[in-house]
Amino acid sequence: MRNAWILCKKELKSYFASPIAYGLMAFFAAIAGYFFYVAVAIFVTRSIESQMMGGGFPMNVNEWVVRPVLMNISVVGLFLIPMITMRLFAEEKRSGTMELLATSPIRDWEMILGKWLAAFLLYLAILGISALNMLLLFLYGQPDARPILVGYLGLILQAGGLLALGTFLSTMTKNQIVAGAATFGVCLLLWVFDWVSAYETATWAKVLSYLSVVTHFEPFSKGILDTKDVIFYISVIVLGLFLTARSIEALRWRA
Amino acid sequence: MIKAEGLTKYYPRTVAVDHISFEVEKGEIVGFLGPNGAGKTTTMRMLTCFMPPSEGTAKVAGYDVQEQPLEVKKRVGYLPENPPLYPEMEVLEYLEFVGRLKGVPNSKLKQRIDEVVERCALGDVLKKLNGKLSRGYQQRVGLAQALIHNPDVLILDEPTVGLDPKQINETRRLIKSLAGEHTIILSTHILPEVEQTCQKVIIINKGKLIATDTVERLTQRLRGSELLAVEVDGATSALQVQERLEKVPGVSRVTLKSTTDHRYRFEVETTKGASVRPEVARAVVEAGWNLYELHTAAMSLEEIFLQLTATDQPSATGGDR
Repeated sequence: MRNAWILCKKELKSYFASPIAYGLMAFFAAIAGYFFYVAVAIFVTRSIESQMMGGGFPMNVNEWVVRPVLMNISVVGLFLIPMITMRLFAEEKRSGTMELLATSPIRDWEMILGKWLAAFLLYLAILGISALNMLLLFLYGQPDARPILVGYLGLILQAGGLLALGTFLSTMTKNQIVAGAATFGVCLLLWVFDWVSAYETATWAKVLSYLSVVTHFEPFSKGILDTKDVIFYISVIVLGLFLTARSIEALRWRA
Repeated sequence: MIKAEGLTKYYPRTVAVDHISFEVEKGEIVGFLGPNGAGKTTTMRMLTCFMPPSEGTAKVAGYDVQEQPLEVKKRVGYLPENPPLYPEMEVLEYLEFVGRLKGVPNSKLKQRIDEVVERCALGDVLKKLNGKLSRGYQQRVGLAQALIHNPDVLILDEPTVGLDPKQINETRRLIKSLAGEHTIILSTHILPEVEQTCQKVIIINKGKLIATDTVERLTQRLRGSELLAVEVDGATSALQVQERLEKVPGVSRVTLKSTTDHRYRFEVETTKGASVRPEVARAVVEAGWNLYELHTAAMSLEEIFLQLTATDQPSATGGDR
């Protein structure tokens, strides 16, 4: 476990030694801030409208602001994740430092866990920026805290799974760009799989839709914590890390 | 300290390393000599547990590379052909990272770093980025990295490649100073390098072991027979000169290399131990010809391989077991 932590710290340092981390954070802050602004603006206009029409129903902040913002952030994540994971192993393979790691007294899973954890922590830091927006809601309104927390748990689990898949794809090539593009492709597929459920009800469509990360994120965004969805994401994390371990082992035999 | 038995690595359609067996005693410096593509790097990668052998076994410091790779890795320092540096790290930061990675306890880390920094003369560059260092310094950081956990065995893949002559000398001296406390295997395709730094040499070619012997005995055997380049002018025909040279006692074979305007160039092979250069010179002059050139042709590695594979193989292997 100490070894995993050593590697994790090294990865985090190299994220912050290069412009990657700052660039991603800035990009995310801007885009999440924009989503938040738009959602709040719509919410304010609508609630003024509804008051003028005499409809006394107070509108729900969670439903009008939190939910759309969380849904949007989950989609933005699909773009950020490839940029976080693409270098993890591809860069080590390209620069020859893989030889250092592979001949050091650490186990493969320690190496993989350390790298994945670093990517995960960076993503948490990025996600943390959007939490500042949510805090503003508490300053000016009375949103329900629990659905927000559940929503963030969903975002974190979803990212964990996709980061694990990205880590795996990063072991397949020496080229960061290829790793990033492949990861983006997979993320996109897992996102659009859900679309078939709109027109098709056959079993294959259900399976496809079940594999989509959107299907499983939606309940989280509504504040519903379902074991089924939690297990789905945890399975994706385990699968991704398992595939990474297999790939690293195959690398040794082929190298 | 190191014992390889029938070590083999198959790649698709090729055999990179073909049933190699050798032993290295504690404290020895062993040179791994062979042309590019001979299987040196592959063998080293198997010894360092970077890749598993297809067949055969290897034991390093008493542990099997396949059964207990973690124990082997704790006791081996490895410098690959390209130093495995992270360009965005400072030298000191890098050494701390590698030290932790190799399992140096935190309490001893500082002391170990100080030691390798002094040994590899890195004091001036500790705060510089790895990526900004010159090739010579990068090689030294690579060596420091291999030494950080004070390993029993050091495996260095072409440690002097890409360095300038001064740096080559420094590196060789550094490696020599490490002998005794560490067992060292270094690979090279430069024969003089082995002569200068190593006590024992293992020669491989095309994945096969050609010879293992002490450096003195091997060079003695190779230098025993001399190869001369002779250039003669003024003779009526090449055949005439060739016949005359062949009569010189100690000459085993004469081959015509080139002819330009009645100037003939020969390669003269001599038998072991005979010093025939004066005799050859006299023979040419007495025949009334002009001697333009007479010198010993340095034997290239290729020729050494040819010679070893052609004649000496049975007696060469296992020379000092």
